[in-house]
Order: sequence, then structure tokens, then C-alpha cells
Amino acid sequence: MVITVAFESGGASAARPWIELAKPTHPALVDVEHRVAELYEMVNVPMAVWIDEAGRIVRPAEPSGASDGFRQMNRETFALAPEIMTEYGRRAQVYKDALRDWVRRGAESEHVLSAQEVAARTLGPSAADARAHACFALARFLAENGRADEAHAHFAEAVRLAPENWSIRRQALWFESPEAPGGPKFWSAVDALGARRYYRPVRMRGLDAI
Amino acid sequence: MVTLLSENGTAAIEGARVEGGALWIPVSELAQAGWQLRPEGACRGDLCVPIPKARERDFVREVAGERSFNLCELASLRRQPVARSERGDVFAIGEASDDRAERLRGGEAPDFALPDLSGRIHRLSDQRGQKVFLVSWASW
Repeated sequence: MVITVAFESGGASAARPWIELAKPTHPALVDVEHRVAELYEMVNVPMAVWIDEAGRIVRPAEPSGASDGFRQMNRETFALAPEIMTEYGRRAQVYKDALRDWVRRGAESEHVLSAQEVAARTLGPSAADARAHACFALARFLAENGRADEAHAHFAEAVRLAPENWSIRRQALWFESPEAPGGPKFWSAVDALGARRYYRPVRMRGLDAI
Repeated sequence: MVTLLSENGTAAIEGARVEGGALWIPVSELAQAGWQLRPEGACRGDLCVPIPKARERDFVREVAGERSFNLCELASLRRQPVARSERGDVFAIGEASDDRAERLRGGEAPDFALPDLSGRIHRLSDQRGQKVFLVSWASW
């Protein structure tokens, strides 16, 4: 069972065009408050968690197919060099094959992690991360209730506390304007990473280091 | 009236009073914040948090003639983050980072309930018995 969750404070109207294009046969949910982001530490999109039949996490949150190749995108035309597109395709295929392997073989799949490994790969939020979520929740409520000026300071505080939580940063930008999440403020934050990754490594055979 | 944002959702709490760093909620309204005051302390489901001895007045007090409970003091005791509006009319109280980290490391997938485009609510726990691939995305 696939469940997609849209981290969309803009709600159903923001998510609808994309969901209708995709015509999913699975639940496509809308998460206005970024609840799932907070619960599962999804600091970015797309990130995915694998959950077994007993409700246990067998792969904690990791980027699902996406990687830092997009950083070389032409920022006006959004074009990506062909070799980057090819690598994107390769990574997506590896990830999908791993999913299929899990569906077929269940706990026997090499991609299913032991409880110890799940625990080891779970970073756990810091106190600053937890505070960032509280500031974000407050900011979102204020913005939704006609208090955008007040919201601004709390969004800024959330971003300051958790600068590499891109779900928070980009959603906060969206409240400034719909284009802002892909605009200059976003790109300068990405550039400020330098050699650091935007997407965490995916520790899967065929992708990043195990 | 104070609006409280927490993992229980959004609650409008009548009679709540903000004094400095304290958020005094009438005990009669405490259930709206997800808590009950019992002899064992502040309780939510199976969890009870004892009120520290010698500090009862920091937690429970008569405020404007109403027996009230200081939710901020409880949050502080439990290391929960609190964000408040400048006007003091909206409070967001989150889960303590250590609690969340411990729960996630325990490996049980936290439940949630969210709507689809038609407004129908889906819970993760509805899918028990199936493998779930839970994936995030956004238009931004």
C-alpha cells in the first residue's frame, strides 16, 4: 500500500492539481500542519518510510529517489544536463527495484533493516528541531488567521532553529509568495550548503554508501 | 481565551490567563488541553506526571477565582517546546525532542489521521496487515 502525503499548508487546493494529474489508486493525503513531517523526521521532500505489516518501521525516513543533482539545474529554464537526468533515472530505478524486492520477499529482503539498524539510522530531533516545529505550528496558525506580519517572525525563528529542515524553510517561503520556494532565497540557502548535502545519503546498495 | 496548538489539535480555551511565563488554564477546561488533574498528578491516558512536591503553587492555583493549572509549567517539566504569540493569545506546545527520538528509535511507526482530497480521513493504523510505503511530496 502506497500512501502519499503532501506537506501542503495551502491544503487541498495546493495539492489538488498534482494529485489529479497523477490519478493515484492509493490514498493521497494532505498534511496542512506537516504532522507526518514532524512525526517521521521528514526534513525534505520526497522522503519515504517503509512500514511492515505489524506497523514497524523497517526503513526510517530517507530521500526516495531524489538527490543533489538538481543543484546543477539552470535556474531560469529549469533544465538539467542529460547525464544528470540519466543518473536521476538510474537512482529512481534502484529505489523502485528495492521496493519491489521488499514487496516480494518481505523481511527476507536485504533492504529491510533490523530494529537495531533502524534505531541507529534514526537521528532523532534535537531540542532546537522540536522548538522549530512549535514555532512553525504557531506561524502557520497566525498566517492562516490573517496575522501574516506576526507569522513572519515565527517562521524566521523556525528556520533559524532548524536551518536544514527544508520542509519548514520552503513552506515558510511559500507563505511569502507561491514562487518563493523556488526563488532566490531558496537558491542562496542551497548555495550556502557548499559541499554539504541537501538530500541525506540513501544507504542502499546501488545508491550511496551502505 | 487562548488558542492552544498541540498534538491533540487546535483548542480554544475559555478563561485561560497568561501571566508572565505562565499559562493558567481553569481546571474545568484542562481536558481541552488533553490533560486531567488527578491525585496522581497531571494525567493523559496512561501517563501521569506527578506535581513536584513543594512546587504545587507553580502548577495549581486560584486565578481570578478559578482553580487553574499552569500548562507552561508542565511543558517545562516535560521539556516540551512552547512558542507563543506576542499577544499571548496563541500557544503552540510540541513534543519533547527526547520523547520523540526515543519513540522513533523504538521502531513503532507513529499513527496519524489525515484527509484525502475528498475530505475522507485515513489513518496509518487502518493499514495494519499490509506493507506501507509512506512517501512525502509537495507542490513547492
